[in-house]
Amino acid sequence: MVTLHFVPYTDIEPLSSVGRIRHLLNIAKQNKIVLLQGRLRREEEAELIKTTMEEINKEFRGIELAVINPQQSELSGFSRMKYDVLGMLLGDRSGLTIIGPANVVKAISKDPNKIEVYTKDVKRKKRR
Amino acid sequence: MIGKVMGWLSQFFKSKKKTIKLGIYGPPNSGKTTLANKICQDWLGQDMGSVSSIAHETREIQIKEQISIKSKDGRELMFNLVDTPGIATRIDYEDFIKSGMTEGKAKKRAKEATRGVIDAIKWLDEMDVVLVVLDSATDPYSQVNITIIGNLAARNIPVLIVANKVDLRKANMKKVQAAFPQYEVVGISAKYGKNINEFYESLFNLAGR
Repeated sequence: MVTLHFVPYTDIEPLSSVGRIRHLLNIAKQNKIVLLQGRLRREEEAELIKTTMEEINKEFRGIELAVINPQQSELSGFSRMKYDVLGMLLGDRSGLTIIGPANVVKAISKDPNKIEVYTKDVKRKKRR
Repeated sequence: MIGKVMGWLSQFFKSKKKTIKLGIYGPPNSGKTTLANKICQDWLGQDMGSVSSIAHETREIQIKEQISIKSKDGRELMFNLVDTPGIATRIDYEDFIKSGMTEGKAKKRAKEATRGVIDAIKWLDEMDVVLVVLDSATDPYSQVNITIIGNLAARNIPVLIVANKVDLRKANMKKVQAAFPQYEVVGISAKYGKNINEFYESLFNLAGR
């Protein structure tokens, strides 16, 4: 069985960068697939990878990470600027971030508008 | 007299060329060290590091200093080449055992590889120009690629995407270009030296400005 844990953006919004990463990693370390509304900042994504590496041990082998944000690539001009400004002020709530523990998720394959999560237990699981 | 001094000063500053830090980043097994070796062989006549088909062969930052390359039109570019360990989100020692390693060696390699990833991320701030080396036969949309390139963009570091292994049948340059339309992508085979002159030309255009 695979457990999906949904994290609304409001859950991580008040947290510091370290707090956000800690919160998400703690869920992933319970062998749950995290579905985060929106996305982390670019620097936080790199920090998430770094923290993951620091915590790898016999039980925790790392994560699979994917971000899907189909709207963003379609925006241009003023809409894009509006989107960026709102993102800066309120955080990036659009799209979806998937963090799967490597113990459960074998791979995540991604096209711009589609994510496929391959789990270790189930041969192939499809998600949109 | 003043003219002589000015002339001497201008000669002095002209001869002091700026040496940039050129980083090589990318996921494991994309051919970063193979490209670093190709550059070092072409301009220094020596290798930089060992390569292997098993992932995470490079687990420490490797630096080759004062490499000077020349373009066809006489321009010169001086850089310190920084080859970094492959950035990954998962490292499982059992994968190394499957590749034929003993458990002890596999665990050691995994531990060193995790430290290598941490160091590679820490070094991002040190770079002046970065070559992001991707395997053109694998999925370019991986989050590691997007995170590396996004972080370089956030730091305003110029990036050249090197789609390596174009000699492979499954190589798909168009897919790499489609994944990163705002960047210049140059397709090469570091192993066989294919398109290497086009690569140097792109490097000059990016770093030699």
